[in-house]
Amino acid sequence: MLHEPAAKTGKDPAASYKTRIGVWMFTLYAAFYAAFVGINLYDPLLMEKTIVFGLNLATVYGFALIIVALIQALVYDLMCRRREHLLRDKAPEGAQ
Amino acid sequence: MVILIFLTFVAFVIGLSFYLGNKTKTSSGYYAAGGQIHWGVNGIAFAGDYLSAASFLGICGMIATVGYDGFLYSIGYLAGWIVALFVVAEPVKRLGKYTFTDAVDSKFNSRGIKLAAAISTLVVSVCYLIPQMVGAGVLVEPLLGIPHHWGVIMVGAIVITIVATAGMASTTYVQFIKGGLLIVFSLVLVIAVCVRGFSTRPDQGGRVPFHEYATIAATEVDGQVVPADASFRVLEMQTVAAAKRSFVKLAKDGVESWWLVARTSSAVTLHEIQSAVTSKDGRKLVNGQPAGPGNLLRQTGNIVQLRGSSTAVTGSVSPTGLLSAMSDKNTRVSTWRDASLTDKDGNKVKLYYPIELAGNVLMRPGTKFAVQGTWLQRIDFVSLMLALFLGTAALPHILIRYYTVPNPAAARKSTIVAIAAIGFFYILTLFMGLGAMINGVMNPADSNMAAPLLARSFGDLLFAVISAIAFATVLGTVSGLIVAASGAVAHDLFDRYMQVKMDDRQKIKAGKISAFVIGALAIVLGILFKGMNVTFLVGLAFAVAASANLPAIIMLLFWKRTTAKGIAASILVGVVSAVGLIAFAPDMYKQYGLDPTTAPIPFSNPGIISIPLSFITLVVVSLLTRRAPTATESAQA
Repeated sequence: MLHEPAAKTGKDPAASYKTRIGVWMFTLYAAFYAAFVGINLYDPLLMEKTIVFGLNLATVYGFALIIVALIQALVYDLMCRRREHLLRDKAPEGAQ
Repeated sequence: MVILIFLTFVAFVIGLSFYLGNKTKTSSGYYAAGGQIHWGVNGIAFAGDYLSAASFLGICGMIATVGYDGFLYSIGYLAGWIVALFVVAEPVKRLGKYTFTDAVDSKFNSRGIKLAAAISTLVVSVCYLIPQMVGAGVLVEPLLGIPHHWGVIMVGAIVITIVATAGMASTTYVQFIKGGLLIVFSLVLVIAVCVRGFSTRPDQGGRVPFHEYATIAATEVDGQVVPADASFRVLEMQTVAAAKRSFVKLAKDGVESWWLVARTSSAVTLHEIQSAVTSKDGRKLVNGQPAGPGNLLRQTGNIVQLRGSSTAVTGSVSPTGLLSAMSDKNTRVSTWRDASLTDKDGNKVKLYYPIELAGNVLMRPGTKFAVQGTWLQRIDFVSLMLALFLGTAALPHILIRYYTVPNPAAARKSTIVAIAAIGFFYILTLFMGLGAMINGVMNPADSNMAAPLLARSFGDLLFAVISAIAFATVLGTVSGLIVAASGAVAHDLFDRYMQVKMDDRQKIKAGKISAFVIGALAIVLGILFKGMNVTFLVGLAFAVAASANLPAIIMLLFWKRTTAKGIAASILVGVVSAVGLIAFAPDMYKQYGLDPTTAPIPFSNPGIISIPLSFITLVVVSLLTRRAPTATESAQA
């Protein structure tokens, strides 16, 4: 007896596309995050350097990690929605 | 008024639970709110679930104590949502029904996975519950004037009521309201901090006079300190190795007090500090006088020099102006640390002393996490950042929220709403933490109250609202955790692993009984762990979740050779290794009352070992237990 999902969602023809771009975007962000950790390990004093508006690199990079996450999330959603609509339009009538 | 606002808020939350409870008639309604929550509501409810006591109380407290290092938790917690969105959200929604176990077991129907995943959910939920309950006690103590343990019991009782009445439906709407209010009022608090600006003699808007700590010149002869002021008599001097500082006990006019010994090459000075003494017969003294409502530890934390000026009062500043001034190398901030010792009469003494940090040091990593320290200390830092990044997408109470929305696209959209809300809040934590650090509001004995005490410095109304929201924060998160844990017991263990025959009503009843038992356990643990910084404890819960659950989810989605035994083994190895490493780490030794330098594990964050170990276990066991393909399968391939 397998436990089926709470709500039937049907087959998602865009699933493989979404997985692929999800992995790419994750890798991109992970590299950005790893660079932050790396700078702190190898040259922590660099984080004191003033970058913009009197803010140091630590603050700017920290905020950037938060803001870039949101930007990437919105881009990802846009790409997913476009592909979902495209495949829905192409799907034969009656297919999910 | 403070208590009235607070109680009204709590009454509203409980009333909402009973109202929604009347609508919950099925197990789907109890465990997954019927799978019909709107993605926007679910996104803010995600924020409510996630912005727990650790975020609001713990992170603000840690930033207020150690500066930027506390903000690293904000960064890591938010970054973890990237894993949730890009890798986990939609597949988990497609695979599961009510719980994390449903998702990882969806392709196998394995009793081993059910047992391992249920154990993991329970362990992670309990690890996460402890700091929430600690936070509850911390909040209620100053607000209602009742002891810490009664605060914990009160929260436990309310949460059990919420969960036992309506399960995930009430939990979702409580989280939605709380998440929204938390973000709005945190913004109000940050605006208030910027409007007040800087002062080197903060007085909480005229409410609490600034206390100027005394300094005495002294000499040191043959290791004995002699104050220049002869009216002081030296009673004893001790050096605390862990603090790398010496303290001297002086007496004047019958009052005993402790002083910090500061040595330079040419002079010795004694700095007035604060003390809390518990004598052998149980009497408590604060700063040499009997402890009581009129004699508490003084609130601390202030700017000593602002860009080189020791008499600065700026008025309002912009957000970037605030951060810029705090980062200046000529800004010096006084923040407080503690040290414990036993005096020569056998009394337990806790000392609170100031240290001064330059802005450029305070506003970059290094004050808590020794990024310039030994390689082991650096590994500890990497380990923490790894666990924070990978832990979010493996938290059971976050994963179950993917089952409350109708489809995978809604799961994705609600995650994006969560990222926006949570990200904005985490940016605010830096301002709230620094605001608490410099406004003379910190309780030196407990950093967790930084944000509520900062709010109190702006008046009782803001304090009442912020405290009520913080309390609801605890209520909401604990509710979500108890739903997740009770699902692990009632749904995963009883229903699916032990295959106890239950109809829908009995399944709900089993969930409610489980919620009661887990809630009672949480109360006991919340009392036992009093005093630890709650975000540090949550960081450890993240490490357990990332080690136990994430490898199973990731490999199930991306590696076709994954087997049921591989998943079960990796979950168990992840749980055991992470919990084991934490149990023998220096920070836990401190909690046991042992010398942290004797801990067999040299670092406190286990993720860097336990996460790869769990992945390796899954791969090795899967390869060893891989079933040979049948002739039909080979032909199809």
